[in-house]
Amino acid sequence: MSEFRMPVLGADMEAGTLVEWRRQPGETVTRGDIIAVVDTDKGAIEIEVFEDGVVDRLVVQPGTKVPVGTVLAVIRSAGGPAPAGVPAAAVAPAPPAPVVRPAPPVPAAPAAAVTPASPAARRRARELGIDLAGVRGTGPGGAVTLDDVVLAGASPAGEPAAAPVDRADGMRRAIAAAMARSKREIPHYYLATPIDVRGATAWLADENARRDVPDRLLLAVLLIKAVALGLRQVPELNGFWTDGAFVPGRGIHVGTAISLRGGGLVAPALHEADGKSLDVLMRELRDVVQRARTGTLRSSELADPTVTISNLGEQGVDEAFGIIYPPQVALVSVGRVVDRPWAADGRIEVRPVLTASLSADHRASDGHRGGLFLAAIDRLLQKPETL
Amino acid sequence: MTPDALKQTVLDALAGVAPEIDRAQIRPDVPFRDQLDLDSMDMLNFMIALHKALQVDVPESDYRQMATLASCLAYLAGKLAAKTPAGPDRPR
Repeated sequence: MSEFRMPVLGADMEAGTLVEWRRQPGETVTRGDIIAVVDTDKGAIEIEVFEDGVVDRLVVQPGTKVPVGTVLAVIRSAGGPAPAGVPAAAVAPAPPAPVVRPAPPVPAAPAAAVTPASPAARRRARELGIDLAGVRGTGPGGAVTLDDVVLAGASPAGEPAAAPVDRADGMRRAIAAAMARSKREIPHYYLATPIDVRGATAWLADENARRDVPDRLLLAVLLIKAVALGLRQVPELNGFWTDGAFVPGRGIHVGTAISLRGGGLVAPALHEADGKSLDVLMRELRDVVQRARTGTLRSSELADPTVTISNLGEQGVDEAFGIIYPPQVALVSVGRVVDRPWAADGRIEVRPVLTASLSADHRASDGHRGGLFLAAIDRLLQKPETL
Repeated sequence: MTPDALKQTVLDALAGVAPEIDRAQIRPDVPFRDQLDLDSMDMLNFMIALHKALQVDVPESDYRQMATLASCLAYLAGKLAAKTPAGPDRPR
């Protein structure tokens, strides 16, 4: 027997509301199956199981808000029924990710119908005073999308909610808590290096000219791959600072900061990014951005990024020095590509240049290693065809 | 395709990328990026939606001509006009 608990979907999560069970007692589950949907400040999250087995019983009823770590269900291991009398906790599986943090007690909210919905939909519903429970969801997994809310707002059937959910504020508070903790606990050091991306952008333009629109690549994907490969060379930047020690990441799972329309951001992981082709990474990035914005990410994507990339170049920022997302130990920020005078081979030329910067936890690594990491990214981006 | 139908198609594609936009509020001469906060992923998804709806392939080098609603409509109208004479759907 093992206990399936409310997972920690990032350092800023304290509690979640069980929305629905996707599996019932007696049904078999395989590692990676989606067993439940949980509602958080980041929208509805599909929760995966971490082992094979059979659902023994469901402990928490839909509509209940519980702190992280609360037992949600009991699962019989695939090896057969556990011997009777063994306390479930004795064989509880390792937590899904080394995100270890004592959660402050959160009073369980009274059971109320909670509807999966995108953050933008929640915000608009709040503005319009619409109860999401009364809105028919057309998004993934029946999630309420912004369109659904607008539609409900326009129809006479949409009745004002008794107590509109203030989700955007919840996300703001969650980000505030995580970032304040980071600045309180993590001794950041910061490094930056300008990178000539003439080769990378020319390669990308060539490549995209040959591709149909749906198969085109974005520069962001080259950056993600370069960061992932760079981390192979400097592994002490890939992982977590937990209980006073560095815990290396199991795999290189690159969290990509995605800003949500209507405010807030999430940084879901692209798993094993160092071993994937640019095409696969591009497909996964498109998919995850889409799901982040409609509010249907999966638990593993939020729970286990081992590093984060923040790409603020889109907003026209030249360079940025981000705040590490605890318990990770490094964050890479990328600025915009801009034409600059560049000295090379004894001459000055105009070249497209971007600034990559590293915010790293000095407890886990030193500036020298951080510098090697940025140099590795630079070197990798000079050979885009090998990414 | 009539200008109105084309505009409708373009606005539908935009709404698919940025569902919260108010179509009536879109200013035709202000870049989408500035008024709708679109990033490069949004722009790519916008192109993919247009590709699906109109079977038009916009090369990356022409993206700057797609920056505003007005320039985008003019560009697509030109593309469609150039395509129609040889198009398979043309009545014979």
